[in-house]
Amino acid sequence: MRSHVLRMTSSSRSAHVGSSLSAADLVAVLYGSVLRVDPNRPDWAGRDRLIISKGHAAAVTYAALAEAGFFSVDELAGYGRNGGKLFGHVTTGMPGIELSTGSLGHGLPVGVGMALAARRDEEPWRVFVIMSDGECDEGSNWEANLFAGHHHLDNLVAIVDYNKIQSLSFVEETLSLEPLADKWRAFGWDVVEVDGHNIPALMAILGEVPSVVGRPTAVIAHTIKGKGVSFMEGKVAWHYRSPDAEELERALAEVAAT
Amino acid sequence: MRTAFLGALFDAAANDPRICLVVGDLGYSVVERFAAAYPRQFVNAGVAEQDMTGLAAGMALSGKIVFTYSIANFPTLRALEQVRNDVCYHRANVKIVAVGGGLAYGNLGPSHHATEDLAIMRSLPEMTVIAPGDPIEAKLATLAVIEHDGPCYLRLGKAGEPAVHTTDPEFQIGRAITLREGSDVTMISTGAMLPTAVAAADLLSAGGLSVHLLSMHTVRPLDVEAVTAAATRSRYVVTIEEHSIAGGLGGAVAEAMSELPAERAQLNRIGLSPTFNRLVGDQSYLRSLHGLDVDSIVRTIEALVSQRPRPGGAGIP
Repeated sequence: MRSHVLRMTSSSRSAHVGSSLSAADLVAVLYGSVLRVDPNRPDWAGRDRLIISKGHAAAVTYAALAEAGFFSVDELAGYGRNGGKLFGHVTTGMPGIELSTGSLGHGLPVGVGMALAARRDEEPWRVFVIMSDGECDEGSNWEANLFAGHHHLDNLVAIVDYNKIQSLSFVEETLSLEPLADKWRAFGWDVVEVDGHNIPALMAILGEVPSVVGRPTAVIAHTIKGKGVSFMEGKVAWHYRSPDAEELERALAEVAAT
Repeated sequence: MRTAFLGALFDAAANDPRICLVVGDLGYSVVERFAAAYPRQFVNAGVAEQDMTGLAAGMALSGKIVFTYSIANFPTLRALEQVRNDVCYHRANVKIVAVGGGLAYGNLGPSHHATEDLAIMRSLPEMTVIAPGDPIEAKLATLAVIEHDGPCYLRLGKAGEPAVHTTDPEFQIGRAITLREGSDVTMISTGAMLPTAVAAADLLSAGGLSVHLLSMHTVRPLDVEAVTAAATRSRYVVTIEEHSIAGGLGGAVAEAMSELPAERAQLNRIGLSPTFNRLVGDQSYLRSLHGLDVDSIVRTIEALVSQRPRPGGAGIP
């Protein structure tokens, strides 16, 4: 998946490679072992919903859907290309995409509505929302947090890809989110913190939600922006830069070696 | 109109469990009946319009027909990007209802005046925009938006508006309703201005002018056929709306008429000047400041047909 992301962002000269790499393990675990979805019936009414609220992590989302069999891996070559359907932000139209995003702070409220609908209809499906850390600046999330906590939506899971870097700078230097877990807890959520690149730990946590019955679950996933490529890891620049040919080769070699 | 809307919604919700009402902590003493009768179809989202609109989209994408309900600009401008991205972009089956369109909340001030909503809502892809003219149109519009699959904006007045129609007219989204037939001037009214427009039309007719009157309850999609007929038949077309003259009904009609052949009626837009009201006033007082009372409308149209300078209303300070 990481090599898909590197090729897609390099060939289309597009931004957000670091954001896709930090979320890669989260998305992989969700599609690989957690979500009750069927690639052959992407609109199956009883499916779990995954909303990628950090819509700029589009490359990794399309890569995961392709690897999960929702569409051909060959389609990934059309990422960001004129006349294609794979936008630089997560966009409906490709099988498996639940919500078009890109403007931050939209996914959680919509996810709350889906979770509420499932609850009212006594349906067993669940809603997962992947958010960025910088996205937590948006006030709409905290409106949705209040609602989800108040209504005990334990069929809702928010996963914060906490890679500590936002657009211009580090989160801590922009608008500090700490203590982040306490904030979610104060809104009525159960909070689990995890290394967002520890596959077995993610499988254990995401495989057993809700972590507390009667509460929505917030998974604060501590991640590394640009994870998997040494010269991208933890660097603000790789929010916007895309790898050139030489950087792509080096990055692909590193990813292949792990 | 609020009563007519809630009555129609209450009856429809009994037969269709998909219908949900999501309020933004507003509707005291009027939404409780719905909430008590259909607890599984009612949500109070709190004072949180962005979340209200996003969650409505999420419910709609899960199979519901969702009405969001608040007052003035709160369900539209406050949550505009949620309306655009979550509702319109996904063609989610959400019906946005604003009570207090125009200057209905008069002395509460400009924060509670919805005076640009029609312009903004009608510019959004996929959005249907309806401003019923009286309680009967409000009831019929409610039923029509339930049947319509896709985003709608329903702009209501408040409560206690007089009924203009004596029986249910044929109501179709995108089709104007003809109330008076004539040839000199076509008056096109939208929203709660309808009773005023009817009174002005009747005074003008009594004065010898042949007046055609349309209730243009749907601002988008505009009934271009009716506008074309008016612009061809009449010497003057006058739009009347409790909304800024920029971009609302008058703007929509101007756009349609601008593409007609040059031998067409002259257009005059009667509406609010695009300014904030700086004086306290109830709805009737504020309307008169903007030339939206019966007498001002009559004088404006009389001046138009005699090509005298437009007198307008009492004047905006």
